[in-house]
Amino acid sequence: MTMTKRLELVCPAGTPAALRTAVDAGADTIYCGFADETNARNFPGLNFSRDEMAAGIDYAHKRGAKVLVAINTFPRAGAGDFWRKAVADAEARAADAVILADIGLLAHVADQHPKLRLHLSVQAAAANADAINFYAREFGVKRVVLPRVLTVQEIAAINREIDVETEVFIFGGLCVMAEGRCSLSSYATGKSPNMNGVCSPASHVEYREEGGDLASRLGGFAIHRSPQGAPAPYPTLCKGCFRAGDHIGHVFEEPVSLDAAALIPQLADAGVVALKIEGRQRSRAYTEAVVSSFRRAVDAHLAGRPIPASDLRRLTEGQQTTAGAYRKTWR
Amino acid sequence: MSMLAGIPRFPVFGARLMDALPLAPLALASERMVASVVRRHPALLARLGAQTDKTFLLDAVDLPILFVLRPRVSEPRLDVYRRGAEPAWDARIAGPLAALLGMVHGALDGDALFFSRDIVIEGDTEAVLALRNAVDDAELDLPAEALALLGPLERFAEPPLRRALRIAERLTSVALSRAPGHAS
Repeated sequence: MTMTKRLELVCPAGTPAALRTAVDAGADTIYCGFADETNARNFPGLNFSRDEMAAGIDYAHKRGAKVLVAINTFPRAGAGDFWRKAVADAEARAADAVILADIGLLAHVADQHPKLRLHLSVQAAAANADAINFYAREFGVKRVVLPRVLTVQEIAAINREIDVETEVFIFGGLCVMAEGRCSLSSYATGKSPNMNGVCSPASHVEYREEGGDLASRLGGFAIHRSPQGAPAPYPTLCKGCFRAGDHIGHVFEEPVSLDAAALIPQLADAGVVALKIEGRQRSRAYTEAVVSSFRRAVDAHLAGRPIPASDLRRLTEGQQTTAGAYRKTWR
Repeated sequence: MSMLAGIPRFPVFGARLMDALPLAPLALASERMVASVVRRHPALLARLGAQTDKTFLLDAVDLPILFVLRPRVSEPRLDVYRRGAEPAWDARIAGPLAALLGMVHGALDGDALFFSRDIVIEGDTEAVLALRNAVDDAELDLPAEALALLGPLERFAEPPLRRALRIAERLTSVALSRAPGHAS
Protein backbone atom coordinates (compact mmCIF):
# COMPACT_ATOMS: atom_id res chain seq x y z
CA MET A 1 0.00 0.00 0.00
CA THR A 2 1.43 3.38 -0.99
CA MET A 3 1.24 6.37 1.34
CA THR A 4 -0.66 9.38 0.02
CA LYS A 5 1.70 12.34 -0.09
CA ARG A 6 0.53 15.60 1.48
CA LEU A 7 -0.01 18.20 -1.22
CA GLU A 8 1.18 21.74 -0.47
CA LEU A 9 -1.53 24.40 -0.72
CA VAL A 10 -0.08 27.58 -2.23
CA CYS A 11 -2.37 30.58 -1.72
CA PRO A 12 -2.49 34.16 -2.99
CA ALA A 13 -2.19 37.37 -1.00
CA GLY A 14 -2.50 40.83 -2.51
CA THR A 15 -2.38 42.64 0.82
CA PRO A 16 -1.00 42.03 4.30
CA ALA A 17 -4.57 41.44 5.52
CA ALA A 18 -5.10 38.80 2.83
CA LEU A 19 -1.82 37.13 3.80
CA ARG A 20 -2.92 36.83 7.41
CA THR A 21 -6.32 35.60 6.27
CA ALA A 22 -4.76 32.93 4.06
CA VAL A 23 -2.44 31.72 6.83
CA ASP A 24 -5.31 31.58 9.32
CA ALA A 25 -7.50 29.73 6.78
CA GLY A 26 -4.96 26.94 6.40
CA ALA A 27 -2.54 27.89 3.65
CA ASP A 28 0.74 25.98 3.71
CA THR A 29 2.40 28.64 1.60
CA ILE A 30 1.56 32.18 0.54
CA TYR A 31 2.74 33.87 -2.63
CA CYS A 32 2.78 37.64 -2.94
CA GLY A 33 4.73 40.47 -4.51
CA PHE A 34 6.15 43.92 -3.99
CA ALA A 35 4.04 46.96 -4.87
CA ASP A 36 5.71 47.65 -8.21
CA GLU A 37 6.13 46.29 -11.71
CA THR A 38 8.35 43.39 -10.63
CA ASN A 39 5.31 41.19 -10.14
CA ALA A 40 2.54 40.18 -12.49
CA ARG A 41 -0.31 41.56 -10.36
CA ASN A 42 0.77 45.18 -10.31
CA PHE A 43 -2.69 46.60 -9.58
CA PRO A 44 -3.54 49.88 -7.81
CA GLY A 45 -3.76 49.59 -4.04
CA LEU A 46 -2.36 46.07 -4.11
CA ASN A 47 0.81 44.35 -2.93
CA PHE A 48 3.46 44.85 -0.29
CA SER A 49 5.94 47.50 0.74
CA ARG A 50 9.31 46.15 1.95
CA ASP A 51 8.25 46.58 5.59
CA GLU A 52 4.89 44.91 4.97
CA MET A 53 6.66 41.99 3.31
CA ALA A 54 8.95 41.53 6.31
CA ALA A 55 5.99 41.63 8.70
CA GLY A 56 3.98 39.25 6.52
CA ILE A 57 6.80 36.72 6.31
CA ASP A 58 7.27 36.94 10.08
CA TYR A 59 3.53 36.34 10.62
CA ALA A 60 3.57 33.31 8.32
CA HIS A 61 6.76 31.80 9.72
CA LYS A 62 5.49 32.05 13.30
CA ARG A 63 2.52 29.93 12.23
CA GLY A 64 4.46 27.39 10.22
CA ALA A 65 3.64 28.76 6.77
CA LYS A 66 6.06 29.73 4.01
CA VAL A 67 6.09 32.85 1.83
CA LEU A 68 7.15 32.93 -1.81
CA VAL A 69 7.84 36.31 -3.38
CA ALA A 70 6.79 36.63 -7.01
CA ILE A 71 9.26 38.69 -9.02
CA ASN A 72 7.92 37.25 -12.19
CA THR A 73 7.81 39.97 -14.80
CA PHE A 74 10.52 40.42 -17.40
CA PRO A 75 12.97 43.27 -16.61
CA ARG A 76 12.78 46.20 -18.97
CA ALA A 77 15.94 46.98 -20.92
CA GLY A 78 18.15 49.24 -18.85
CA ALA A 79 16.11 48.69 -15.68
CA GLY A 80 17.54 45.36 -14.53
CA ASP A 81 18.78 46.78 -11.23
CA PHE A 82 15.20 47.37 -10.15
CA TRP A 83 14.41 43.64 -10.48
CA ARG A 84 17.74 42.56 -8.98
CA LYS A 85 17.08 44.78 -5.94
CA ALA A 86 13.65 43.18 -5.51
CA VAL A 87 15.32 39.76 -5.32
CA ALA A 88 17.89 40.97 -2.79
CA ASP A 89 15.14 42.59 -0.71
CA ALA A 90 13.08 39.39 -0.73
CA GLU A 91 16.06 37.36 0.46
CA ALA A 92 16.90 39.94 3.15
CA ARG A 93 13.35 39.62 4.46
CA ALA A 94 13.65 35.83 4.77
CA ALA A 95 11.45 34.83 1.84
CA ASP A 96 11.35 31.06 1.49
CA ALA A 97 11.77 31.32 -2.28
CA VAL A 98 11.41 33.74 -5.15
CA ILE A 99 9.27 33.00 -8.18
CA LEU A 100 11.05 34.19 -11.32
CA ALA A 101 10.46 33.99 -15.06
CA ASP A 102 13.32 35.82 -16.75
CA ILE A 103 16.44 33.88 -17.72
CA GLY A 104 18.74 36.81 -16.98
CA LEU A 105 17.29 37.27 -13.51
CA LEU A 106 17.48 33.53 -12.87
CA ALA A 107 21.16 33.57 -13.84
CA HIS A 108 21.78 36.56 -11.57
CA VAL A 109 20.16 34.83 -8.58
CA ALA A 110 21.98 31.56 -9.22
CA ASP A 111 25.24 33.50 -9.26
CA GLN A 112 24.69 36.15 -6.59
CA HIS A 113 22.14 34.57 -4.24
CA PRO A 114 23.05 30.88 -4.25
CA LYS A 115 21.17 30.14 -1.02
CA LEU A 116 17.89 31.60 -2.27
CA ARG A 117 15.46 28.91 -3.41
CA LEU A 118 14.26 29.42 -6.97
CA HIS A 119 10.82 28.64 -8.35
CA LEU A 120 10.09 29.05 -12.04
CA SER A 121 7.01 31.19 -12.65
CA VAL A 122 4.18 30.15 -14.92
CA GLN A 123 5.19 33.30 -16.82
CA ALA A 124 8.20 31.38 -18.12
CA ALA A 125 5.80 28.98 -19.86
CA ALA A 126 8.06 25.95 -19.44
CA ALA A 127 5.77 23.26 -20.81
CA ASN A 128 8.04 20.29 -21.51
CA ALA A 129 10.69 18.26 -19.71
CA ASP A 130 13.60 19.56 -21.78
CA ALA A 131 12.81 23.17 -20.94
CA ILE A 132 12.33 22.39 -17.26
CA ASN A 133 15.56 20.35 -17.09
CA PHE A 134 17.38 23.28 -18.66
CA TYR A 135 16.16 25.65 -15.93
CA ALA A 136 17.04 23.09 -13.23
CA ARG A 137 20.49 22.36 -14.62
CA GLU A 138 21.54 25.92 -15.45
CA PHE A 139 20.03 27.86 -12.54
CA GLY A 140 19.23 25.31 -9.85
CA VAL A 141 15.48 25.84 -10.07
CA LYS A 142 13.77 23.67 -7.44
CA ARG A 143 10.15 24.00 -8.51
CA VAL A 144 8.29 24.78 -11.72
CA VAL A 145 4.80 26.26 -11.92
CA LEU A 146 3.35 24.54 -14.96
CA PRO A 147 1.45 26.50 -17.62
CA ARG A 148 -2.30 25.94 -17.74
CA VAL A 149 -2.13 24.25 -21.14
CA LEU A 150 -1.27 20.70 -20.08
CA THR A 151 -3.43 17.63 -19.55
CA VAL A 152 -3.01 15.51 -16.43
CA GLN A 153 -1.39 12.84 -18.62
CA GLU A 154 1.09 15.38 -20.00
CA ILE A 155 1.92 16.54 -16.47
CA ALA A 156 2.59 12.92 -15.47
CA ALA A 157 4.83 12.47 -18.52
CA ILE A 158 6.80 15.59 -17.64
CA ASN A 159 7.22 14.50 -14.02
CA ARG A 160 8.68 11.19 -15.14
CA GLU A 161 11.47 13.04 -16.94
CA ILE A 162 12.41 15.73 -14.41
CA ASP A 163 13.84 15.84 -10.90
CA VAL A 164 12.32 19.13 -9.74
CA GLU A 165 8.97 19.74 -8.06
CA THR A 166 5.92 20.73 -10.07
CA GLU A 167 3.16 23.09 -8.94
CA VAL A 168 -0.12 23.48 -10.82
CA PHE A 169 -3.03 25.90 -10.71
CA ILE A 170 -6.06 24.37 -9.05
CA PHE A 171 -8.53 27.27 -8.87
CA GLY A 172 -9.15 30.79 -10.11
CA GLY A 173 -8.99 33.00 -13.17
CA LEU A 174 -7.92 31.30 -16.35
CA CYS A 175 -5.35 32.78 -18.67
CA VAL A 176 -5.98 31.13 -22.01
CA MET A 177 -2.68 32.21 -23.54
CA ALA A 178 0.82 30.85 -23.10
CA GLU A 179 1.75 32.94 -20.10
CA GLY A 180 4.54 35.42 -20.56
CA ARG A 181 3.94 35.55 -24.28
CA CYS A 182 0.60 37.33 -24.53
CA SER A 183 0.57 40.81 -26.02
CA LEU A 184 -3.17 41.35 -26.45
CA SER A 185 -3.43 43.82 -23.58
CA SER A 186 -0.26 45.57 -24.78
CA TYR A 187 -1.80 46.20 -28.19
CA ALA A 188 -4.83 47.87 -26.64
CA THR A 189 -3.16 49.83 -23.86
CA GLY A 190 0.55 50.17 -24.57
CA LYS A 191 1.31 48.51 -21.21
CA SER A 192 2.67 44.99 -21.12
CA PRO A 193 1.43 42.39 -18.66
CA ASN A 194 4.80 40.69 -18.98
CA MET A 195 6.94 43.76 -18.25
CA ASN A 196 4.70 46.22 -16.39
CA GLY A 197 2.94 43.47 -14.51
CA VAL A 198 -0.64 44.23 -15.33
CA CYS A 199 -3.00 42.75 -17.88
CA SER A 200 -5.79 45.19 -18.76
CA PRO A 201 -4.47 47.99 -16.55
CA ALA A 202 -7.28 49.66 -14.61
CA SER A 203 -6.11 53.05 -15.86
CA HIS A 204 -7.24 51.96 -19.35
CA VAL A 205 -10.51 50.28 -18.36
CA GLU A 206 -13.87 51.98 -18.57
CA TYR A 207 -17.27 50.62 -17.56
CA ARG A 208 -20.48 52.35 -18.54
CA GLU A 209 -24.13 51.48 -18.00
CA GLU A 210 -25.79 51.85 -21.40
CA GLY A 211 -29.51 51.15 -21.49
CA GLY A 212 -29.25 48.36 -18.91
CA ASP A 213 -26.22 46.83 -20.60
CA LEU A 214 -22.80 47.06 -19.00
CA ALA A 215 -20.32 48.16 -21.67
CA SER A 216 -16.63 47.44 -21.02
CA ARG A 217 -13.89 49.29 -22.86
CA LEU A 218 -10.16 48.69 -22.80
CA GLY A 219 -7.92 51.42 -24.18
CA GLY A 220 -10.99 52.90 -25.84
CA PHE A 221 -11.96 49.66 -27.59
CA ALA A 222 -15.34 48.17 -26.73
CA ILE A 223 -14.56 44.59 -25.75
CA HIS A 224 -17.70 43.38 -24.03
CA ARG A 225 -21.33 44.25 -23.50
CA SER A 226 -23.17 42.36 -20.76
CA PRO A 227 -26.96 42.44 -21.05
CA GLN A 228 -28.96 43.22 -17.92
CA GLY A 229 -28.78 40.32 -15.47
CA ALA A 230 -25.93 38.57 -17.29
CA PRO A 231 -22.62 38.06 -15.46
CA ALA A 232 -19.91 40.63 -16.14
CA PRO A 233 -16.39 39.41 -17.01
CA TYR A 234 -12.97 40.87 -16.29
CA PRO A 235 -12.10 43.45 -18.96
CA THR A 236 -9.58 41.24 -20.77
CA LEU A 237 -9.38 41.00 -24.55
CA CYS A 238 -9.04 37.21 -24.45
CA LYS A 239 -12.52 36.98 -22.90
CA GLY A 240 -13.97 39.78 -25.03
CA CYS A 241 -17.17 39.34 -26.99
CA PHE A 242 -17.20 40.88 -30.46
CA ARG A 243 -19.52 41.43 -33.40
CA ALA A 244 -18.43 40.45 -36.91
CA GLY A 245 -21.18 40.96 -39.45
CA ASP A 246 -24.25 39.26 -38.03
CA HIS A 247 -22.24 37.08 -35.65
CA ILE A 248 -21.59 37.94 -32.02
CA GLY A 249 -19.28 35.73 -30.02
CA HIS A 250 -16.14 35.20 -28.00
CA VAL A 251 -13.04 35.05 -30.19
CA PHE A 252 -10.82 33.18 -27.75
CA GLU A 253 -12.79 31.95 -24.75
CA GLU A 254 -15.91 32.59 -22.74
CA PRO A 255 -15.47 34.06 -19.26
CA VAL A 256 -14.98 30.99 -17.11
CA SER A 257 -12.78 30.05 -14.18
CA LEU A 258 -10.67 27.05 -13.28
CA ASP A 259 -11.84 24.65 -10.58
CA ALA A 260 -9.92 21.38 -10.64
CA ALA A 261 -10.72 20.28 -7.08
CA ALA A 262 -12.17 17.03 -8.36
CA LEU A 263 -8.85 16.24 -10.05
CA ILE A 264 -6.72 16.51 -6.90
CA PRO A 265 -6.20 12.72 -6.69
CA GLN A 266 -5.20 12.48 -10.36
CA LEU A 267 -2.85 15.46 -10.07
CA ALA A 268 -1.23 13.90 -7.01
CA ASP A 269 -0.84 10.61 -8.89
CA ALA A 270 0.74 12.57 -11.75
CA GLY A 271 3.52 13.64 -9.38
CA VAL A 272 2.43 17.20 -8.62
CA VAL A 273 3.60 18.42 -5.18
CA ALA A 274 1.83 21.75 -4.85
CA LEU A 275 -1.57 23.19 -5.75
CA LYS A 276 -1.83 26.89 -6.48
CA ILE A 277 -4.85 29.10 -6.01
CA GLU A 278 -5.03 32.15 -8.29
CA GLY A 279 -6.31 35.50 -7.04
CA ARG A 280 -3.84 37.97 -5.59
CA GLN A 281 -6.16 40.71 -6.87
CA ARG A 282 -9.08 39.40 -4.85
CA SER A 283 -10.38 40.37 -1.41
CA ARG A 284 -9.79 38.62 1.88
CA ALA A 285 -13.40 37.34 1.66
CA TYR A 286 -12.38 35.38 -1.45
CA THR A 287 -9.14 34.29 0.18
CA GLU A 288 -10.90 32.97 3.26
CA ALA A 289 -13.57 31.11 1.31
CA VAL A 290 -11.30 29.54 -1.30
CA VAL A 291 -8.37 28.66 0.96
CA SER A 292 -10.70 27.08 3.54
CA SER A 293 -12.43 25.06 0.86
CA PHE A 294 -9.18 23.75 -0.61
CA ARG A 295 -7.76 23.08 2.86
CA ARG A 296 -10.71 20.72 3.37
CA ALA A 297 -10.20 19.20 -0.08
CA VAL A 298 -6.48 18.56 0.36
CA ASP A 299 -7.00 17.15 3.85
CA ALA A 300 -9.76 14.89 2.56
CA HIS A 301 -7.45 13.58 -0.16
CA LEU A 302 -4.70 12.93 2.39
CA ALA A 303 -7.15 11.02 4.59
CA GLY A 304 -8.36 8.95 1.65
CA ARG A 305 -11.82 10.50 1.69
CA PRO A 306 -13.67 11.80 -1.39
CA ILE A 307 -13.04 15.43 -2.29
CA PRO A 308 -15.92 17.40 -0.71
CA ALA A 309 -18.19 19.48 -2.91
CA SER A 310 -17.68 23.23 -2.74
CA ASP A 311 -19.77 26.30 -3.41
CA LEU A 312 -17.13 28.52 -4.94
CA ARG A 313 -18.73 29.14 -8.33
CA ARG A 314 -20.43 32.28 -6.96
CA LEU A 315 -16.96 33.79 -6.57
CA THR A 316 -15.73 33.07 -10.07
CA GLU A 317 -15.51 35.06 -13.26
CA GLY A 318 -18.32 34.00 -15.55
CA GLN A 319 -19.87 32.26 -12.53
CA GLN A 320 -19.06 29.01 -14.24
CA THR A 321 -16.08 26.73 -13.81
CA THR A 322 -14.07 24.28 -15.88
CA ALA A 323 -11.30 21.76 -15.39
CA GLY A 324 -9.54 23.58 -18.24
CA ALA A 325 -6.75 21.84 -20.11
CA TYR A 326 -6.39 19.17 -17.43
CA ARG A 327 -9.33 17.45 -19.13
CA LYS A 328 -8.57 18.64 -22.61
CA THR A 329 -11.17 17.55 -25.11
CA TRP A 330 -10.42 19.85 -28.01
CA ARG A 331 -7.45 18.16 -29.59
CA MET B 1 -27.22 35.00 -12.80
CA SER B 2 -27.48 37.94 -10.42
CA MET B 3 -26.88 37.45 -6.71
CA LEU B 4 -29.29 40.32 -6.06
CA ALA B 5 -31.94 38.00 -4.68
CA GLY B 6 -29.45 37.01 -1.99
CA ILE B 7 -28.42 40.54 -1.05
CA PRO B 8 -30.86 42.15 1.37
CA ARG B 9 -32.30 45.55 0.48
CA PHE B 10 -32.69 48.42 2.89
CA PRO B 11 -36.35 48.56 4.04
CA VAL B 12 -38.46 50.98 2.01
CA PHE B 13 -40.04 52.53 5.10
CA GLY B 14 -36.58 53.15 6.52
CA ALA B 15 -35.49 54.84 3.31
CA ARG B 16 -38.60 57.04 3.37
CA LEU B 17 -37.92 57.97 6.98
CA MET B 18 -34.32 58.82 6.16
CA ASP B 19 -35.50 60.99 3.29
CA ALA B 20 -37.74 62.97 5.65
CA LEU B 21 -35.09 63.56 8.29
CA PRO B 22 -32.49 66.36 8.22
CA LEU B 23 -29.04 65.36 6.97
CA ALA B 24 -27.06 67.40 9.51
CA PRO B 25 -26.67 64.70 12.21
CA LEU B 26 -25.60 62.07 9.68
CA ALA B 27 -23.26 64.56 8.01
CA LEU B 28 -21.64 65.35 11.36
CA ALA B 29 -21.25 61.67 12.23
CA SER B 30 -19.77 60.90 8.80
CA GLU B 31 -17.31 63.74 9.08
CA ARG B 32 -16.05 62.59 12.49
CA MET B 33 -16.03 58.94 11.50
CA VAL B 34 -13.86 59.39 8.41
CA ALA B 35 -11.39 61.53 10.32
CA SER B 36 -11.18 58.84 12.99
CA VAL B 37 -10.80 56.03 10.43
CA VAL B 38 -7.93 57.79 8.71
CA ARG B 39 -6.25 58.51 12.04
CA ARG B 40 -6.60 54.91 13.24
CA HIS B 41 -5.66 53.32 9.89
CA PRO B 42 -2.89 55.45 8.37
CA ALA B 43 -1.93 52.69 5.92
CA LEU B 44 -5.27 53.18 4.18
CA LEU B 45 -4.31 56.51 2.61
CA ALA B 46 -0.78 55.28 1.92
CA ARG B 47 -2.24 52.38 -0.04
CA LEU B 48 -4.50 54.74 -1.98
CA GLY B 49 -1.42 56.65 -3.14
CA ALA B 50 -2.17 59.13 -5.91
CA GLN B 51 -5.87 58.22 -5.79
CA THR B 52 -6.31 60.32 -2.63
CA ASP B 53 -6.93 63.22 -5.00
CA LYS B 54 -10.02 61.55 -6.46
CA THR B 55 -13.66 62.07 -5.51
CA PHE B 56 -15.66 58.87 -4.95
CA LEU B 57 -19.44 58.65 -5.15
CA LEU B 58 -20.58 55.86 -2.82
CA ASP B 59 -24.08 55.10 -4.05
CA ALA B 60 -26.14 52.77 -1.88
CA VAL B 61 -28.92 52.38 -4.41
CA ASP B 62 -31.55 51.49 -1.81
CA LEU B 63 -30.98 54.70 0.18
CA PRO B 64 -32.33 58.17 -0.63
CA ILE B 65 -28.93 59.69 0.13
CA LEU B 66 -25.44 59.47 -1.37
CA PHE B 67 -22.01 59.61 0.24
CA VAL B 68 -19.12 61.44 -1.37
CA LEU B 69 -15.65 60.47 -0.19
CA ARG B 70 -12.71 62.79 -0.70
CA PRO B 71 -9.81 60.91 0.94
CA ARG B 72 -7.42 63.85 0.96
CA VAL B 73 -4.30 63.41 3.07
CA SER B 74 -4.66 66.93 4.47
CA GLU B 75 -8.41 66.83 5.18
CA PRO B 76 -10.29 63.61 4.42
CA ARG B 77 -14.04 64.14 4.03
CA LEU B 78 -17.15 62.00 3.77
CA ASP B 79 -20.11 64.17 2.86
CA VAL B 80 -23.79 63.26 2.57
CA TYR B 81 -26.07 64.49 -0.20
CA ARG B 82 -29.68 64.02 -1.24
CA ARG B 83 -30.04 62.21 -4.58
CA GLY B 84 -29.74 64.68 -7.43
CA ALA B 85 -27.71 67.15 -5.34
CA GLU B 86 -24.40 65.29 -5.51
CA PRO B 87 -21.31 67.07 -6.87
CA ALA B 88 -19.12 65.92 -9.78
CA TRP B 89 -17.20 62.72 -9.07
CA ASP B 90 -14.32 60.75 -10.55
CA ALA B 91 -15.47 57.26 -9.64
CA ARG B 92 -18.83 55.77 -8.67
CA ILE B 93 -19.41 52.54 -6.75
CA ALA B 94 -23.07 51.61 -6.63
CA GLY B 95 -24.97 48.73 -5.09
CA PRO B 96 -27.31 47.85 -2.24
CA LEU B 97 -26.15 49.10 1.15
CA ALA B 98 -25.72 45.47 2.28
CA ALA B 99 -23.30 44.79 -0.58
CA LEU B 100 -21.22 47.88 0.19
CA LEU B 101 -21.13 47.06 3.92
CA GLY B 102 -20.24 43.46 3.10
CA MET B 103 -17.21 44.64 1.12
CA VAL B 104 -16.09 47.08 3.81
CA HIS B 105 -16.34 44.38 6.48
CA GLY B 106 -14.60 41.67 4.48
CA ALA B 107 -17.68 39.46 4.21
CA LEU B 108 -18.24 39.84 0.45
CA ASP B 109 -15.79 39.86 -2.44
CA GLY B 110 -15.87 42.95 -4.65
CA ASP B 111 -14.98 41.10 -7.85
CA ALA B 112 -17.72 38.52 -7.24
CA LEU B 113 -20.25 41.30 -6.66
CA PHE B 114 -19.08 42.88 -9.91
CA PHE B 115 -19.33 39.59 -11.84
CA SER B 116 -22.87 39.07 -10.56
CA ARG B 117 -23.79 42.70 -11.34
CA ASP B 118 -24.73 43.32 -7.72
CA ILE B 119 -22.42 46.31 -7.76
CA VAL B 120 -21.68 48.69 -10.59
CA ILE B 121 -18.56 50.76 -11.00
CA GLU B 122 -18.22 53.75 -13.29
CA GLY B 123 -15.64 56.40 -14.02
CA ASP B 124 -12.02 56.04 -12.93
CA THR B 125 -11.53 52.28 -12.63
CA GLU B 126 -8.00 52.68 -11.26
CA ALA B 127 -9.32 54.80 -8.38
CA VAL B 128 -12.07 52.27 -7.63
CA LEU B 129 -9.61 49.37 -7.49
CA ALA B 130 -7.23 51.29 -5.26
CA LEU B 131 -10.03 52.19 -2.84
CA ARG B 132 -11.38 48.65 -2.81
CA ASN B 133 -7.94 47.17 -2.09
CA ALA B 134 -7.04 49.79 0.52
CA VAL B 135 -10.32 49.32 2.40
CA ASP B 136 -10.01 45.53 2.26
CA ASP B 137 -6.51 45.69 3.72
CA ALA B 138 -7.61 48.07 6.49
CA GLU B 139 -9.92 45.39 7.96
CA LEU B 140 -12.38 48.06 9.02
CA ASP B 141 -15.05 47.45 11.62
CA LEU B 142 -17.47 50.37 11.40
CA PRO B 143 -19.02 49.78 14.85
CA ALA B 144 -15.51 49.89 16.34
CA GLU B 145 -14.86 53.11 14.48
CA ALA B 146 -18.10 54.61 15.80
CA LEU B 147 -17.33 53.44 19.33
CA ALA B 148 -13.89 55.01 19.16
CA LEU B 149 -15.59 58.40 18.86
CA LEU B 150 -17.11 57.95 22.32
CA GLY B 151 -13.79 58.20 24.11
CA PRO B 152 -13.95 56.90 27.69
CA LEU B 153 -17.60 55.90 27.23
CA GLU B 154 -16.58 53.29 24.63
CA ARG B 155 -16.15 50.47 27.16
CA PHE B 156 -19.68 51.00 28.50
CA ALA B 157 -21.29 51.26 25.09
CA GLU B 158 -19.52 48.36 23.40
CA PRO B 159 -21.11 45.31 25.10
CA PRO B 160 -24.74 46.29 24.44
CA LEU B 161 -23.91 47.50 20.92
CA ARG B 162 -22.16 44.22 20.04
CA ARG B 163 -25.08 42.21 21.40
CA ALA B 164 -27.53 44.29 19.38
CA LEU B 165 -25.39 43.93 16.26
CA ARG B 166 -25.20 40.15 16.58
CA ILE B 167 -28.99 39.98 16.75
CA ALA B 168 -29.40 42.43 13.85
CA GLU B 169 -26.91 40.49 11.71
CA ARG B 170 -28.78 37.24 12.36
CA LEU B 171 -32.10 38.86 11.44
CA THR B 172 -30.93 40.77 8.36
CA SER B 173 -27.97 38.70 7.02
CA VAL B 174 -26.14 42.00 6.57
CA ALA B 175 -22.47 42.30 7.63
CA LEU B 176 -22.89 45.14 10.11
CA SER B 177 -19.47 44.50 11.63
CA ARG B 178 -16.15 43.02 10.53
CA ALA B 179 -16.33 39.43 9.39
CA PRO B 180 -14.91 36.92 11.90
CA GLY B 181 -11.25 36.21 11.43
CA HIS B 182 -8.05 38.08 11.85
CA ALA B 183 -8.15 41.47 13.57
CA SER B 184 -5.35 43.85 12.67
